[in-house]
Amino acid sequence: MSVLVVGASAAGLTTVEALRRKGFREPITVLGAEWHPPYDRPPLSKQFLCGDWDEARTRLPPEAMLSALEADFVLGDPAVALDGRTVRTASGRVLSADTVVIATGLTPRRLPGPELEGLHVLRTLDDAAALRKDLVEAQRVVVVGDGVLGCEIAATARKLGLPVTMAGPQAVPLEGQLGPMVGGLLAELHRSEGVELRLGTAVTGLTDVDGRVSGVQLADGDVLPADVVVVALGAVPTTDWLEGSGLRIDNGVVCDAYCRAADGVYAAGDVARWPHEDSLLRLENRTNATEQALCVAANILGETQPYRPIPYFWTDQFSTKIQVHGRPSADADVTIAEGNVADRFVAHYRRDGRIVGVLGWNAPKQTRQHREHLVQA
Amino acid sequence: MKIIVDQDKCVASGQCVTAAADVFDQRDEDGIVVLLTDNPPDDLAADVHQAAAVCPALAILVED
Repeated sequence: MSVLVVGASAAGLTTVEALRRKGFREPITVLGAEWHPPYDRPPLSKQFLCGDWDEARTRLPPEAMLSALEADFVLGDPAVALDGRTVRTASGRVLSADTVVIATGLTPRRLPGPELEGLHVLRTLDDAAALRKDLVEAQRVVVVGDGVLGCEIAATARKLGLPVTMAGPQAVPLEGQLGPMVGGLLAELHRSEGVELRLGTAVTGLTDVDGRVSGVQLADGDVLPADVVVVALGAVPTTDWLEGSGLRIDNGVVCDAYCRAADGVYAAGDVARWPHEDSLLRLENRTNATEQALCVAANILGETQPYRPIPYFWTDQFSTKIQVHGRPSADADVTIAEGNVADRFVAHYRRDGRIVGVLGWNAPKQTRQHREHLVQA
Repeated sequence: MKIIVDQDKCVASGQCVTAAADVFDQRDEDGIVVLLTDNPPDDLAADVHQAAAVCPALAILVED
């Protein structure tokens, strides 16, 4: 039985590692859209962007471990179509396997308009390298986006000593995900570190001079001047290549509880959507890529593991580490379970009296201990 | 079995403790990984490999 993994990032690579660890010795091919060998994305907005880490440190496994996997890595050749279990690539390759794993991740949203010098998104290593290069010479940075990625990029740009403005539609950063209390603390954190916040107003466009971005236009008529603009307005699952495949595509590749999209076709990571509790869930975070890939590998080898994670993500901004277990939401009741908001704390998110999320603010060990509430729930 | 942890890479997620609490712990102040034993008994091998697999920072190396 041969396996073809489409996507050479965390989910794709973990699938391969898990298959090999479980003793699978048949041929594996990994198809990657980028030229780079598998690398890790969380450092791209932090350690790599600020220059503390070089490219080599972002590599997922070291070279020796990568070759020990005995997988055939086909890199720099995006998949363009899936027909049954046959994949066609941009360069014209035709790859077939008994089992196909879809792990093509996300494509960042962009603002409508032409490409401009100084205008960036951040998803790939090349994106991060280009942004890093521009930040070295930057005079004034505007980050468009008030989510996790936007906050991290703003924090890194401040760390580099640059004047930074964060613009976005929410009243406070991450309000939609974590609610007004934690969002308010994040706003305070960014303000105290010198980030100018222009939140609660939609971004309507960009201004440019001679092909270079010069500012960000807001719905209230203001223009925020900038020579570097980073758009961090979220991303969409990379599924355009699956048009005509017959798979159900609806905000991701829709799978069953075992991460199976069709007979012999699985999906893992950011791109996969599966039935979880009473709805379909898709998660965009690093730990989901690993955990879902482990589940997919087990099911490829004949197990029948339903995928039932306790979602987890973290974000590092300035010297603050925020960790989130479960599924908090803006409308949940938030109580401080340990510590205090002035320093470090663990918060519980409750819906209908049930703990649905645990959030830690500079309290990693304690946060992990509170995760137990979600296991029992 | 030999375990090596990289405290510089560790992002304090605590996933390793969840997978193998007899082998890994976290520092109280910042959650960075602490190795309780670098040569655990063989019956913990599966848990230790799971811990290394789920570490989001790839900060755990296991040599059989």
